[in-house]
Amino acid sequence: MTLNVFYFLSFFGIICALLVVFSKNPVYSVLYLILTFFAIAGHYILLNAQFLAAVHVIVYAGAIMVLFLYVIMLLNLNQESEPHKSTFLKFAAAICGGLLLIIFVGALKGTELMGPQHQDSADMGLVKSVGRVLFSDYLLPFEVSSVLLLASMVGAVMLGKSEKTNDSK
Amino acid sequence: MKTALGIPIEYYLWLCAILFTIGVLGVLYRRNAIIIFMCIELMLNAVNLLLVAFSNYYNDPSGQVFVFFIMAVAAAEVAVGLAILIMMYRNTKTIDIDILNKLKW
Repeated sequence: MTLNVFYFLSFFGIICALLVVFSKNPVYSVLYLILTFFAIAGHYILLNAQFLAAVHVIVYAGAIMVLFLYVIMLLNLNQESEPHKSTFLKFAAAICGGLLLIIFVGALKGTELMGPQHQDSADMGLVKSVGRVLFSDYLLPFEVSSVLLLASMVGAVMLGKSEKTNDSK
Repeated sequence: MKTALGIPIEYYLWLCAILFTIGVLGVLYRRNAIIIFMCIELMLNAVNLLLVAFSNYYNDPSGQVFVFFIMAVAAAEVAVGLAILIMMYRNTKTIDIDILNKLKW
């Protein structure tokens, strides 16, 4: 039963990811990427990471993809203004991607996993256990990431600011 | 060799390898800068999924904390990157990345 759910989510995610790359209209790409993110959130739930699944849906499908959609609408992109590569370059890109996949398969095939076997614990991904690790072992990176978010916010505002307002001063 | 719900960990390895390759393929295949950004997000998510799978396998919440930090960095990256894209569009009226070839030798 869980294996069937895994197969369904995997094929759904892979097909949607391929459609992200190959669909002509950027808006459709964004919508397919949202579907891929939902499939990955389903995988998180399968892996007992309920808190991360919720955060993933909120941050990626909720915030980041809305940002992408806004930018696409702001720049007024559509099928006619879409730049295209030549057929030769597309062919070369497909060959490079296929070779990378072959390298991954060759490197990962037959690897032996070391380490202790897990004990089943269903509450590993809940807020309680993740939060305890986050605020004890990883407290300093947590604080630094808040500084990072502040810096990126200031940077985005500075970059996005129109240059005309600078000149008019 | 199985995660908590009985799915072999190798299946997650293959799935994440395929998702990562699709992301790389998209970066190489498209010229639209926004689609390239989205493919970078796809690669980050493939790595996130693998981190969560191994966190479940070893029953260690540290992997999930790493995924949390990757999400924060991805959000920051997207905000700054899209601001750069908007600035680029304002100056060149296109988001074709072949415009940006001044660093080519």
